[in-house]
Amino acid sequence: MSDYAFYLWGAYGVTFVVLLLEVVFLWKRKREAKA
Amino acid sequence: MNWFWYASPQTFYPLAGRMAPWFAGAAALLAVAGLYIGFFVAPTDAQQGEVYRIIFIHVPAAWLSMFIYVVMAFWAALGLAFNTRLSGMMASALAPTGALFTFIALWTGSLWGRPTWGTYWVWDARLTSELVLLFLYFGFIALQAAIDDPRRADRAGALLAIVGGVNIPIIHYSVVWWNTLHQGASVSVSKGASMQSQMLTAMLLMALAFWMYSIAVSLVRVRCVMRERGAA
Amino acid sequence: MLDAALCVVRRDLLLAWRRKSDVATALLFFVIVTSLFPLGVGAEPTLLRAIAPGVIWVAALLSSMLSLSRLFAADHADGTLEQMLLGAAPLGVVAAAKAAAHWIVAGLPLALIAPFIALQYDLQAALWPVLALSLLLGTPVLSLIGAIGAALTLGLRGGGILLSLLVLPLYVPVLILGAGSVDMASAGMGGEGQLLLLAALLVAAGAFAPWAIAAALRISME
Repeated sequence: MSDYAFYLWGAYGVTFVVLLLEVVFLWKRKREAKA
Repeated sequence: MNWFWYASPQTFYPLAGRMAPWFAGAAALLAVAGLYIGFFVAPTDAQQGEVYRIIFIHVPAAWLSMFIYVVMAFWAALGLAFNTRLSGMMASALAPTGALFTFIALWTGSLWGRPTWGTYWVWDARLTSELVLLFLYFGFIALQAAIDDPRRADRAGALLAIVGGVNIPIIHYSVVWWNTLHQGASVSVSKGASMQSQMLTAMLLMALAFWMYSIAVSLVRVRCVMRERGAA
Repeated sequence: MLDAALCVVRRDLLLAWRRKSDVATALLFFVIVTSLFPLGVGAEPTLLRAIAPGVIWVAALLSSMLSLSRLFAADHADGTLEQMLLGAAPLGVVAAAKAAAHWIVAGLPLALIAPFIALQYDLQAALWPVLALSLLLGTPVLSLIGAIGAALTLGLRGGGILLSLLVLPLYVPVLILGAGSVDMASAGMGGEGQLLLLAALLVAAGAFAPWAIAAALRISME
């Protein structure tokens, strides 16, 4: 049961990281577009 | 109400700027609600234990990956039909987010598959169709990236999106047929005859959260596109 | 309309005849690729018999795709394509004719060569007609769908590889049905279902692809 943590947090973790990266890249693009 | 008032980049730009934060806020609230119900209210699954909770990301991401493609193709078709610049820009703005959710669906599906099916990847119908969808997104993004002229890029991408969209049902059914023919020892994941209502609620809330997030991100992105092209 | 189509087909075939090496290299590619798989996976006959339909079909896909970038490039370079756009014949008819010529030169030979490859893979002789028929029905679809991609990527840098990325996902149903027909036949269940579906895909592609190719040409040429 406890080794499910790897899969669960692997899934949620990567999802969160990837969505965060999207937002970060978009913010950089926004800043460069306004410049 | 004049529907075409906001069809101009100049008028849509400030509107998008005002709308984006609201959608972002809605996304955050829905995500908190969905995750709370998903982790603290929904019970442990009888067969899969705790790992089934990946479903609260996997299924909404898969839904969004397909929904965004449809929306993208819709704006693309509109742009080709009415020759409106903004429609093409919107389709371009949606593609990266769509590709991202497709990736998330594949990744979370893979991590769900390992403890439940015993392997990280299976060529089951849904994962395989989703993989092909990812390739369709990449093709769209690559084509637009390869064309310098924005108008040609928009219209070429639009045609590709429509051709791809028409093909998606065909691809999906051929993959389903292929999968049933070649099915190995694994059985497809069944969520049971009916889903626990709390599980369903959490899943729907997460789907809405992803939807609001996509809208927010696409609105910001389309504003960037408008600025980059000097259209606003 | 038929006159225009026949004229375009005849012209393309004549041009292909003058550059036989271009045609031959694509076919040679097909043969070489199919030879690589046994070298990679081992020569065990049962394995080769099992993978033969899939390998032959994938090689056909790749070979057909390689010759696609040539479809409009030469005409685009010397201005003929512009004349076709401006001409009296409907662009869809011209597009369909060009795809047909491409099939005659790059697809039909594959269906004819395939039994020899099947021989190398020790595929039962009874399956060769199914294989050839599946290729006969499927390769025109590949030419039609591929022509859309060729028209969209006209004149772009990185054209060949980009074309593959665009077109290969769209080829998936043809591949599944084509290889599947031979698999079904080898399992004793007859490949007629898949062959009929392939025929349906051919009809659908024949009806809709010319429109898409013409639209793509207009988008790329303005």
